[in-house]
Amino acid sequence: MGRITLDHIAKAYGSVEVLNDINLKIDDGELVVFVGPSGCGKSTLLRLIAGLDQPTAGDIRIDGAIVNRVPAADRGLAMVFQSYALYPHMTVRRNMAFGLENSHMPRKEIEARITEAARMLEIEAYLDRRPGQLSGGQRQRVAIGRAIVRNPTAFLLDEPLSNLDAELRVTMRAELASLHARLKTTMIYVTHDQVEAMTLADRIVVLRGGRIEQVDTPLNLFNKPENLFVAGFIGAPNMNFFPGQVEETLPDGLSVSFLDGQKTPVKAATNSGAAMGAVTLGVRPQHLHLAQDGEPQIPVQVRLVEALGAETVVHATASGGERVLAVLPGQPAIAKGDRIALSYRRDLLHAFDGDGMRLAGN
Amino acid sequence: MSRVAEFLLRRRGGASWHWTDIFTWAWLIGGVIMMFGPAIWLVGSSFKSPAALAEFPPTILPYVTAEAMVEGHDKPLPLYRVTGEDGETRVLAQLRRVGIVAQMIDPQAPGEIVKVNIAERTPVREISFATENYTEPFLHFDFLLYLRNSVFVTLMATLITLVTNSMAAFALSKYQFRGRSFVMLLILATLMVPLSVILVPLYSIISAMGLFNSLWGVILPTVATPTGVFLLRQYMLTIPDELIDAARMDRASEWQIYWRIVLPLTAPALAVLAIFSVVWRWNDFLWPLIVLSRKELYTLQVGLNTYAGELNVQWHYILAMTVVTMLPVVLVFVFLQRFITTGIAGTGLK
Repeated sequence: MGRITLDHIAKAYGSVEVLNDINLKIDDGELVVFVGPSGCGKSTLLRLIAGLDQPTAGDIRIDGAIVNRVPAADRGLAMVFQSYALYPHMTVRRNMAFGLENSHMPRKEIEARITEAARMLEIEAYLDRRPGQLSGGQRQRVAIGRAIVRNPTAFLLDEPLSNLDAELRVTMRAELASLHARLKTTMIYVTHDQVEAMTLADRIVVLRGGRIEQVDTPLNLFNKPENLFVAGFIGAPNMNFFPGQVEETLPDGLSVSFLDGQKTPVKAATNSGAAMGAVTLGVRPQHLHLAQDGEPQIPVQVRLVEALGAETVVHATASGGERVLAVLPGQPAIAKGDRIALSYRRDLLHAFDGDGMRLAGN
Repeated sequence: MSRVAEFLLRRRGGASWHWTDIFTWAWLIGGVIMMFGPAIWLVGSSFKSPAALAEFPPTILPYVTAEAMVEGHDKPLPLYRVTGEDGETRVLAQLRRVGIVAQMIDPQAPGEIVKVNIAERTPVREISFATENYTEPFLHFDFLLYLRNSVFVTLMATLITLVTNSMAAFALSKYQFRGRSFVMLLILATLMVPLSVILVPLYSIISAMGLFNSLWGVILPTVATPTGVFLLRQYMLTIPDELIDAARMDRASEWQIYWRIVLPLTAPALAVLAIFSVVWRWNDFLWPLIVLSRKELYTLQVGLNTYAGELNVQWHYILAMTVVTMLPVVLVFVFLQRFITTGIAGTGLK
């Protein structure tokens, strides 16, 4: 079992608040990713769960029992560190055995577990080498192996792939995903890379400034970001935002004008409409396309074209000076300086109120 | 020979000698003489007889006046080179000297006595090593006993120094607690207090603890060295905290973290401190001299001091035994100097 519950967790270093009122329930076997910009407190939160730091307020429960006062060693968790933190003076085998020896496990059992983990991670050939003689990817495997042999209730991974080169990161990401599928153990994974978050997570926790902004499945975060921050943070390239003005209240929402006279209906709870003057509309670059006749048109001037083959990234400026980014499929014949018209699907527009919160219904 | 000359006269490039070449050359050669001069003089003098030591002007090599056995005389007579009035040079043995006239005889024809003005003769000199300077103390001086005491003090003090200093350094580098930097500052501040200032209080403490006239009285006050704590702490700061977190996750106790993770990783700095400690303790003189008053407890350095009596200083023995006591320290440096330089570079100390 590996149910982890965070209840009103707060952490402050002196007068600096790092985490504020964190509430989260993590189910057994779930892979939860903490994601956020650097300094958002995601690593601190992981260290609190691990027991390497103490929260200033709130309770941490593992399988229902409060573990605030339980030392890290006795929480039954295993952690993989960003720098791997392998003991440089021990062989791979001793690295993996260290934790088990400390819990006085019989030699035979230790050997069996190491053999099993080494086979699973394909590191049998390096068992008698020292970490210094291994490549980055191999060290990463050893670090994971050291966590696996512990047979923990949950794995905590602190940016485990950030020290690897891009290619290796993709392979290791896939391996981590299959490892989770096989072990079915709870995993908490910290990263600032949203691709890792999107591909690995059952649920993503988006953190900013020590607060949880949104917790949801990757696709829900992408499709229904709850606020401007999440909308801007999740998805690459970033979402386009346009300031808009509420023109009138419709039966099931609002009519919003933006970008020089563009008008679009936006679904919203009708009772909230009257109070709102300014709104922000968002549209993902992938959801913009070259306008056909009869579609709403956004005239723009192209500043830069990045042809990637399968898709083309167009940087453009709208008539009011707003920057627009569009990802168009294929290889359309567009050059720098061209004047083109982009269009959007109304149902793929995101609308946020003056406080940056998503308008209900959209 | 030409390669030696080439090495010694190497310039920094260019056709002629730049003034910096000359400056560097003079500086380095001067440094070599400054550093090796006393050592060479010490080794050379340790082979001199007491008479040769008293000679003026002094020499580097041990010269003595040559002597020869002459028929009809029980003792060997000193040989002199005499230039006669006819310009011929002869080697004569001196029988006795009366005022400015020396009575000399020819070793080949011992019957006839020749009277020579002392200005006209020069002694025949030859190099002779007075090895009895070395052998005598081993036979008549408790060298082995002193050696045993010195080795005991050095080893025990070094061992305890390494353990206690590394523990202090571990706490001061890896634990966050109030007043950590104050404690560190306090330890560093003691670096500035010389032994002579705390001699008297230290003596009364040792005396009150009943450690007077005990080798432990020599060992214990020296084991907590601020230099050692500082050196090890600086090195331990470079050990990533994540390793210690990882060990905590691996259910290691704090003692195990210290003993099985931090200590092995501090090995280079420990080696440096061990070398320093051996040299310091081996060369200690003042403190053992104060604590130890019974002869059988003397360390080598204190034992050597017994040759310096109130009325008579036996320089030849002192010099010879100084060479012997220097040897272990020199050997330590010769074999471990690579360790010292890399270790000191690694600790960020200069």
